[in-house]
Amino acid sequence: MCLAIPGMIVEVLGENSDLALVDVLGVRRKVDLGLLLDEHPTAGDWVLIHVGFAMSKISEADAKDQLRLLTELGEQQAAIEEVQGYGVDFLVGENGRGG
Amino acid sequence: MQFVDEFRRPDLITKAADEIRRLADPARHYRFMEVCGGHTHAIYRFGLKDLLPSNIELVHGPGCPVCVLPMGRIDDGLSIAERGDVIFTAFGDMMRVPGTHGSPLEYKARGTDIRIVYSPADALRMAQANPDKHVMFFAIGFETTAPSTALTLMRAKKENVRNFSVFSNHVTIIPAIRAILDSPDMRIDAFIGPGHVSTVIGCRPYGWIANNESKPIVVTGFEPLDLLQSVVMLLRQLNANERRVENQYKRVVPWEGNRAALKAMAEVFELRPYFEWRGLGFISQSALRLREDYADWDTEKRFLVPGVRVTDPKAAQCGEVLKGVLKPAQCKLFGRECTPEHPVGALMVSSEGSCAAYYSYEHRKASVLSHLPAA
Ligand code: SF4
Repeated sequence: MCLAIPGMIVEVLGENSDLALVDVLGVRRKVDLGLLLDEHPTAGDWVLIHVGFAMSKISEADAKDQLRLLTELGEQQAAIEEVQGYGVDFLVGENGRGG
Repeated sequence: MQFVDEFRRPDLITKAADEIRRLADPARHYRFMEVCGGHTHAIYRFGLKDLLPSNIELVHGPGCPVCVLPMGRIDDGLSIAERGDVIFTAFGDMMRVPGTHGSPLEYKARGTDIRIVYSPADALRMAQANPDKHVMFFAIGFETTAPSTALTLMRAKKENVRNFSVFSNHVTIIPAIRAILDSPDMRIDAFIGPGHVSTVIGCRPYGWIANNESKPIVVTGFEPLDLLQSVVMLLRQLNANERRVENQYKRVVPWEGNRAALKAMAEVFELRPYFEWRGLGFISQSALRLREDYADWDTEKRFLVPGVRVTDPKAAQCGEVLKGVLKPAQCKLFGRECTPEHPVGALMVSSEGSCAAYYSYEHRKASVLSHLPAA
C-alpha cells in the first residue's frame, strides 16, 4: 500500500489546476495534484504517485547524476588498482585520486 | 527517461554488488534494518539478498502499516461497518486482514457493504454519490498516506459533505524507529531509511539517529540499484567511522520534504497521546487523530467505537518478526497454519509484510536478477 509509481503528466486539468492526466506505464489516469501545487507541475514533468495523489516531482537531473555515480563505481576501483600497480599506493587518498 | 528500467540495469547491479563485496569487512557481521515495508518487498522480489555477501544481514523493520495495526482496531472499524446505513471503504491491502470474526472480505461475503477504494478521494466521491448512506474511510498508513487523507478531509469540510468520515489509523515513523532502538534485544548497525515517507517529512527528522544513536541512515529508493547503492553508502560511512543522514533518493526526496503535505497534515491531524502497535505495544505520540475542528468527519466521534483490544494468538510470533528479532520462517506457524491463503497474522497478508514477501519470493527465487552470479 506504500507503493508509489512514477508517471508523466500529459495534461494539467481542473479549475485550480489541481488534477492532471498522467501516463503511468502506458495507461492514462487522473491524478490529484493538490499536494504538489507549490511545485507548479506542468505537462512533461514526472511525478511520483501514491493513492491517487502526486507526492513529489521526480528530478531527471538527479536521476542522471545517480546513474553516473553508479557507472563510476567500478571504474574508481580499477583506477586505484592501476595506480597501486605502479607501487605508489601511498599517493592514493580517500577519493582514489591522490591524497 | 522512464525511471524504472534504468535502475534495474544488470551491468550496474553487478558493479554495485562488487563494490559492496570490496567494502564489507569479512571479519564483521553487519545488521542493516530497512524500516519500510516497501523495501522489504523489493528486497525479496528482486532477490537482492543473493547479491549481498553473507555477513550483511538485512533486518526487516516495522514500516508496514497494515502489519502494525492491532486486531482490535479492525474489529472496531468492522463493528461500525455492520450498521445498515454505512459503507465501509478501505484500500485493497486491508481486505484480507483477519479480525476476530473474519476479515473485511469475509464480512463483505456475509452482506456487509464493504468496498475497495484506491484513494481517499474516491471514498469522498462515493459519499457524494450516495447521500442516503454514511461513507466511512478506514485510513491506514504512515506520513506517505496521511497527507492525502488530510487533503480529502479538507475538501469534505469545504464542500460540507456531511455523510463522510475517516477512521484514522495513521501512524508516524519516527517513534517506531525509536521503539526499535530502545528495544533491548535489538542490535542494528545502520538504517536503510524509508523513501516515500521522506518525500513528505524530508531528511531532517532522522538527524537524531545519526547524532544521538550514532547510527548511519541512508534514505533510499525502491529499485534494485537504489537499495544496493544505499548499502554501498552505509558501508562507506561505517568504514570511515562516520554517522550521517544521507539521501540516496535525491531524484524523488527533497531534503526539506513536502511543505504543502506537512501543512495539510498539521491542519487536520494532531498526535494521539499514545497508540498501540502490533508487536511493539503502546508507543506514545506515535499516531494521528483528527483535530476538534474536524470532529464532524471523525468516525470515532460520530459513532460509538467499542475500543476492542485483542491479544494475538499465542503461537503467532508476529511481534518478534516485526521487530526483526525473528526471521519470518522462524515463526512456528509460518507456511503451516499461516499462509497467504489462510493468514493468521497481518504480516502474511500485506505484500509489504515480511512473511508474505518471504513466502512469495524466497523459495521461488524467480527474480529478474536470477541470471546474475550469486554472491
Ligand atoms: S507466519 Fe503468520 S503468525 Fe507467524 S509471524 Fe508471520 S504472519 Fe505472524
